Amino acid sequence: MKKCLLSLTAALVVLTGLLSGCGGADTPSVYWMNFKPEADAALQQIARTYQQQTGVEVKVVTAAAGQYEATLTAEMDKSEPPTLFVVGNSAALDRWGEYCYDLRNTPVYNQLTTDDFTLYDEQGRACSIGYCYECFGIIVNKELLEQAGYQVVDIKDFASLKTIAEDIHARAEELGFDAFTSSGLDDSSSWRFTGHLANMPLFYESRDNGGWTQAPARIEGTYLDQFKNIWDLYISNSTADPRTLATPGYDAQAEFGREEAVFYQNGSWEYSNLVENYDMDPDDLAMIPIYCGAPGEEKIGLCCGTENCWAVNAMASQEDIQATLDFMNWMVTSEEGTEVMAEQFGQIPYKNAAPNNNVFFRDADTYMQNGNETVDWVFSYTPNVNQWRAALASALTQYCSGGPWEDVKRAFVDGWNV
Amino acid sequence: MRRKRSGLRTGGNGVLLRHAMRRYWFVFLLPMTAAFAVGFVWPFLQGIYLSFCSFTTTSNARFVGIENYFTAIGDKGFIYSFWFTALFAAVALVLINLLAFAVAYVLTQGIRGANLFRTVFFMPNLIGGIVLGYIWSILFDGVLRMYNTSILMETKYGFWGLIILQCWQQVGYMMIIYIAGLQAVPEDMLEAARMDGAGRWSTLIRVTIPNLMPAITICTFLTLTNSFKLFDQNLALTGGAPFVFEKGADGTLNTIRTTEMLALNIYNTFYGQGSISRGAAQAKAVLFFVLVAVISVLQLRTTRSREVQR
Repeated sequence: MKKCLLSLTAALVVLTGLLSGCGGADTPSVYWMNFKPEADAALQQIARTYQQQTGVEVKVVTAAAGQYEATLTAEMDKSEPPTLFVVGNSAALDRWGEYCYDLRNTPVYNQLTTDDFTLYDEQGRACSIGYCYECFGIIVNKELLEQAGYQVVDIKDFASLKTIAEDIHARAEELGFDAFTSSGLDDSSSWRFTGHLANMPLFYESRDNGGWTQAPARIEGTYLDQFKNIWDLYISNSTADPRTLATPGYDAQAEFGREEAVFYQNGSWEYSNLVENYDMDPDDLAMIPIYCGAPGEEKIGLCCGTENCWAVNAMASQEDIQATLDFMNWMVTSEEGTEVMAEQFGQIPYKNAAPNNNVFFRDADTYMQNGNETVDWVFSYTPNVNQWRAALASALTQYCSGGPWEDVKRAFVDGWNV
Repeated sequence: MRRKRSGLRTGGNGVLLRHAMRRYWFVFLLPMTAAFAVGFVWPFLQGIYLSFCSFTTTSNARFVGIENYFTAIGDKGFIYSFWFTALFAAVALVLINLLAFAVAYVLTQGIRGANLFRTVFFMPNLIGGIVLGYIWSILFDGVLRMYNTSILMETKYGFWGLIILQCWQQVGYMMIIYIAGLQAVPEDMLEAARMDGAGRWSTLIRVTIPNLMPAITICTFLTLTNSFKLFDQNLALTGGAPFVFEKGADGTLNTIRTTEMLALNIYNTFYGQGSISRGAAQAKAVLFFVLVAVISVLQLRTTRSREVQR
């Protein structure tokens, strides 16, 4: 019987050991649940640097593309959950709000140069703060545009964009390139339209209502005709057959990089890909606003905003929270930190930001300095964002093969339910 | 004397081993029981509890009572996906079993290269569902593109696409079970049938198939539950597209993903909206479990009753 008890105890000990994992760490540490796969390598490096300098362990885990929410949900349940994670829009704030530490008056918060990218909850707590911001619009290959006989300054509104695009498309064979890159509607590309392009009608509607500060209960879709204008322009002035847009295989980035098209709707994050992977000359690149025929659109600028917002886990231990805040502060004030931030994330809204050479941010600044209104990322108010976008993509797909525009309207307007 | 006899029966080491097993059986049971408890019983019970809660992470749940179940049942998309799944399961059940049996029958007739064919037919089973889904979507779209359409465009394309994929993957597996069954049909029975003048067809219907009932039971069980549980292939092949939009009585939109099966519907509900939807997804998962359990028990009962005793 003694032996039996002994083996039983031994088995239990082994089992508890297995179940409890490696056991809790006593020293404060930072666990960053990163959201950008492309930045993973650089962040691992910076985590090592920080650890060497301060002795504080920084663990960076990156979720696979499109799996952030699922990975975060699983990780948050563990005994050592992430201390630093991303809450980038109002839907995420709804879900994760109670996990967000109030960042007001923390050192890193005080380093911010703008309040534009901070997400506050109803009680006014600063739940997450932007760690970088991005711009999107229509990327133009100036060199090709000139070959077609135009300049960037010729494009002032939707009408001029349309004239130029249609002219280029009509002469595509002779010129050797087309107006727009393919507007793929498969998962790898549909977000450019269901997220970013859809921001245009949402932005104008929000502006008419004095600017949203939280997700409206319902929307009207007042500017859906303008959305249709620009969408029709995209799909009918490119080499891709609109009926095939949902099939995988289109690669707009490669088409633009290989100089097969003049216009490519995407964002500032494309800069390094285009310059490094496709050897494009930065001087040939420009970004213009997305014109869609809305009144007064001559005075808008690029769409600038961010979904990259840091939140600190309020459920973590006080020591870990402090360690995380220290790390964040170091990232935006130290030389190494700001350099990595500028290189990986572009423009960061902090006092000590290192300069970066991305031409698209320069364009965004130029528009701002000329008094054009920056287009906010109001799509971040989409309440049930995944479902809304999936439905819109499906409706656009159907529309491209002859389905009714009415379905797009339905997905857009009626699909918006808080 | 006693020891010697048992020693003869089980060999020298057997005595010690049997002795130990008798006394310490619970120690031997422990790892498996623990794994089962940790990996199945506990999550299952917690899942049931969570279906009555509102939560973002499972460790921080708030009890809300039965309302998640009302949300789940009131979801048109869920009801639609149930009927879609049921139709899929019915078609897949028939096709997979017929094809698997046919292939197994041919491959037990002593044709040349039978072993090679068995291996080839079995191989699709070794590929993961997500990979298969993407590969097949490329294949289908390669064909459909010639007609300027895609698998995401029409519900019927998605449905038959899923059926083809499922058959392609499952036929080989079921074939192995049928081959084992066919090889176990007693030779003397077949010989007796031949002596009695039974033709090929009546031997198949009256001797082979009745003897094959245990294999049929297990194969129908597997195809039925596999079809109901299908997730990866559904996610990768169609993702539920195309969608239809219906305006509900209260003005909100019901988005129905016309090729979405039950498991995918649960997944999409879980990650779709706020913390309210996670509880609803959990309630759907419990309903889903009950449904699959009831269907498989009913199916097992009916096919078991037709098995012959040898």
